[in-house]
Amino acid sequence: MIVFDQVSKRYPGGNEALSNVNFHLHPGEMAFLTGHSGAGKSTLLKLIALIERASSGRVIIGGKNLNKVGRHTLPYLRRNMGIIFQDYQLLYDRTVFDNVALPLIISGFSSREVKKRVHAALDKVGLLRFEKKYPITLSGGEQQRISIARAVVNKPALLLADEPTGNLDPELSHEIMDLFIAFHQVGVTVLIATHDIPLIKQLDKRIIQLSHGEIAHGQADQKVHTPDNNQPPFIMST
Amino acid sequence: MATHNPDHSTTNNGAAVQLRQLKPSFSSRVKEFFIRHLQVFFYSLGLLSRSPFATLMTASALGIALALPAGLYVILDHARQLSGDMDSINQISLFMKKEASNEAIQATKEKLDRLPEIAQVKYINRTTALQEFQKNSGFGDALKALKENPLPDLLIVYPSLTHSAPEQIKALLVILKKLNSVERVQLDIQWLQRLHAIINIGQRGVLIIGSLLALAVLLIVGNTIRLAIENRRSEIIVTKLIGGTDSFIRRPFLYTGFWYGLLSGLIAVLLVNISLIIMNDPLAHLSSLYNNNLFSLGLMGVDISSTLLLSGCFLGLLGARIAVGKHLKDIEPK
Repeated sequence: MIVFDQVSKRYPGGNEALSNVNFHLHPGEMAFLTGHSGAGKSTLLKLIALIERASSGRVIIGGKNLNKVGRHTLPYLRRNMGIIFQDYQLLYDRTVFDNVALPLIISGFSSREVKKRVHAALDKVGLLRFEKKYPITLSGGEQQRISIARAVVNKPALLLADEPTGNLDPELSHEIMDLFIAFHQVGVTVLIATHDIPLIKQLDKRIIQLSHGEIAHGQADQKVHTPDNNQPPFIMST
Repeated sequence: MATHNPDHSTTNNGAAVQLRQLKPSFSSRVKEFFIRHLQVFFYSLGLLSRSPFATLMTASALGIALALPAGLYVILDHARQLSGDMDSINQISLFMKKEASNEAIQATKEKLDRLPEIAQVKYINRTTALQEFQKNSGFGDALKALKENPLPDLLIVYPSLTHSAPEQIKALLVILKKLNSVERVQLDIQWLQRLHAIINIGQRGVLIIGSLLALAVLLIVGNTIRLAIENRRSEIIVTKLIGGTDSFIRRPFLYTGFWYGLLSGLIAVLLVNISLIIMNDPLAHLSSLYNNNLFSLGLMGVDISSTLLLSGCFLGLLGARIAVGKHLKDIEPK
């Protein structure tokens, strides 16, 4: 699902955020990306989400070489990824329902379908009762669950999360992690950047450790989960 | 499955591709495309109506910018029509000598009637002329006090249409001036030529003012849209992150520009018509003083009104498109 082939990323100014990174995440696999602040976790996720481009090497997502994805096909690629942020990135002038519906509206689903799928996604994160509320009236943990609902509402093959529990207390963090594991169990490929080592130690999943822009630990497949049969495929919906 | 060869993994995913992915059907997408357009169309109007005062201020500024050239155009158009009507009454006045007898005048008239250059000759008797002048000028009593009629007899010559070119008229003037009983020849065309020249200058002026103000409309709309984009920066970033295409993001801003254009067009039509109504009465009065009811502005014609509305919409859309094209690229998730 995700292949990093000798990937380096230098930011303007010479700061090398990633150098010669190689790793491989199989479809349906779940992995954690750890490392100290500035180790390159966010940069790695940004390369996958095409927020940044690799300076050298290849990033291949679902068989698609990202070097060859242009400005116009980029949105269609992103529709196959659910991205979750530490600061939720919700729209505060819209209701919970409208926030979660946005990816479906972008893809052009009918209103009936949108309603059905938004309800299903909100139900999955346990917040269906909040659909008419505005995100600002909800707690941090609830807002993060809404952003997860938005990320999974169009059933992407790949979920990316950048410090999803960064602003949450341990109990809420556990709830959020349980959600990710639930999605992993139905075949979604999940990659989570976090520095909450105690939390992920309990989960017995692959850990990729970054240090100073290089993979320190976890490059090899220490723990390969054979993907489930019902994993969602990854297609460019151009 | 466990392989480090990237190329190998692509084939693995190739198998996965055959599974059905969550994607709306083509017909659904086409239908939704139009429904969404309609939704965004009204959504953008809803956004504008949320801040009616700010919207109205911007639209009024645009409306005034559109109304100015449109109003000038309407007035010039009327002036041109008026002078066009007068072109056909291209006429030469022959003031007869005081001592010329009636017979002599009649003889002159008959002589002129025979000329091929002349379509018609009208004789205005000095007594009749005085009576008419007394009736229409409002100086009736004052004129009665005069001992004798100060007006000369008058022959009005209408050149035939085939002989109304400037050189031909000049040649005719030479002939007319040589006539015995004629005191003075007056060609009533020079002021008309001057009017034409003034109107031409006016038209150029309207063109320049119109272009400048159209540019102003573009800039105002562009700046308004730029602010709107800036206000909705986070929304644009989120939309980009979850796979919104440029055209999807652009759409509400383009419609906003369209609404501004339409609104300002309506305001401009309103402003011009109000101005015309205000000016109509005094103009009708002036016109009646000239004993002529030709000059009445009325309201704006449907053609000019619709042109104004359409150019408003077009300028609004264009201004928004330029602003969106310029500023949307700068907003990318980081």
